[in-house]
Amino acid sequence: MWRSPEPRKFYDIIIVGGGGHGLGTAYYLAKEHGLKNIAVIEKGWLGGGNTGRNTTIIRSNYLWDESAHLYDHSLKLWENLSTELNYNVMFSQRGVLNLAHNEHDIKEIKRRVSANQLNGIDSHWADPKEIKKLVPIMNINNCRYPVLGASFQPRGGVARHDAVAWGYAMRADELGVDVIQNCEVKKIRTKNGKVHGVETTKGIIRAKRVGVVASGHTGVLAETAGVRLPLQSKPLQALVSEPIKPVINTVVMSNAVHAYVSQSDKGELVIGAGTDGYNSFTQRGGYNIIEDTIRSIIELYPIFGKMKMLRQWGGIVDICPDASPIISKCEIEGLYFNCGWGTGGFKATPGSANLFAHTIAKDKAHSINAPFSLERFVSGRLVDEHGAAAVAH
Amino acid sequence: MLLIKCPYCGERDQSEFTNGGEAHVTRPKNPELETDRGWAEYVFIRSNPKGIYYERWVHSHGCKKWFNAVRNTSTDEILLSYKIGETPPPIKKFQNRLKSPSGEPDVGSGNFAVKKP
Repeated sequence: MWRSPEPRKFYDIIIVGGGGHGLGTAYYLAKEHGLKNIAVIEKGWLGGGNTGRNTTIIRSNYLWDESAHLYDHSLKLWENLSTELNYNVMFSQRGVLNLAHNEHDIKEIKRRVSANQLNGIDSHWADPKEIKKLVPIMNINNCRYPVLGASFQPRGGVARHDAVAWGYAMRADELGVDVIQNCEVKKIRTKNGKVHGVETTKGIIRAKRVGVVASGHTGVLAETAGVRLPLQSKPLQALVSEPIKPVINTVVMSNAVHAYVSQSDKGELVIGAGTDGYNSFTQRGGYNIIEDTIRSIIELYPIFGKMKMLRQWGGIVDICPDASPIISKCEIEGLYFNCGWGTGGFKATPGSANLFAHTIAKDKAHSINAPFSLERFVSGRLVDEHGAAAVAH
Repeated sequence: MLLIKCPYCGERDQSEFTNGGEAHVTRPKNPELETDRGWAEYVFIRSNPKGIYYERWVHSHGCKKWFNAVRNTSTDEILLSYKIGETPPPIKKFQNRLKSPSGEPDVGSGNFAVKKP
């Protein structure tokens, strides 16, 4: 486990947000960059935000070179993460299908598959016959949106979300990082264009450098330092069913009808929905979204028709205009942001943490995350991933 | 789900409406003189407060008219809706019942740890 220290008066580096991305950042800062005197400050409990609320899908089949490099960097770290942390994150490479339901989907997905292959990503076009073989319970042609094909990435899969946060927390703690829970950052303090520290519910903590990885609340915190980020926060919902015997051994995502399904090791179906259509910080979302998703799920998998759902919840995701993240410095010296992961941040956890640590340690972006700077919104060099991001933004 | 008051039709179910993002965003007055940073502000950057938020809705499956609303994004409580062209009410008019600075409300959020005084 990890210690629960009282915060010191001063740290060299403070990471705001104790989810997978934040804890991972602290771990890589200590491990790869040999830095000391680091704290992770979390307002609730570790992994209690979006780390514990997502549907744990991992893949790297993104369209543009920039994103493919970013997400595949992450996927490569996932492949070795249990060994790296000496803690089982239950990473299971059971493959990810992205379904095509219409002509446009077919064209878009085939284009993306080709782009993936050029980037060395193991994605291929699967025809309905192959899909039916992979997922025999799927209803592929007797429905309103028939399944016309899919992209399939065998290296994709799922992992245990809590284990990722706990694994990083334990190893970071061993390397001397102070993991401080139940301590909310209220304000980022700046002085003459430089970061000065943070105001928290446990008092003022000074710091030379502050990295903010607070998902949906990153924009709110940035405002306290006078930085306006191109983020919009929206609820993203998910639900799980009662546990059943194994029926689906891969991950199936359907962008067009917002139905994302996999089966957990406990046997529950883990179902993801689309985002709610308005800005909100309530971690609930509306039932109309759930209704749409359930409708699609039942059409695609009639066998699930009489199942009972156990729980439903929402997480607040921070969405960028181009559906790509921001891992960047800003105009304030010593203040860094890792945000805008929108509806797909979990898959990026190790890669994002690794690159954010590099950015903070060197005060300079790594070549992989250089295209994901805040500057791109001024230069116009966006990385448009609305297609690959799956859940509509 | 929300119950939204269209200023023309009255209270209706949220499923009849589509959200149009932040209200009262003004286009640069002298576009030819605007800098790249100014354009980035106008095109990409929108307010994203946890609390009182001025936003647009359109009654898509009703009268199809656009209107503005004031909503508390931490509770989803719609405080007021008014017609396009009407002067937005000052933010001071609305009581922000948030208990912590990042805005955990009385109801509606999952993180109870910070609600303790």
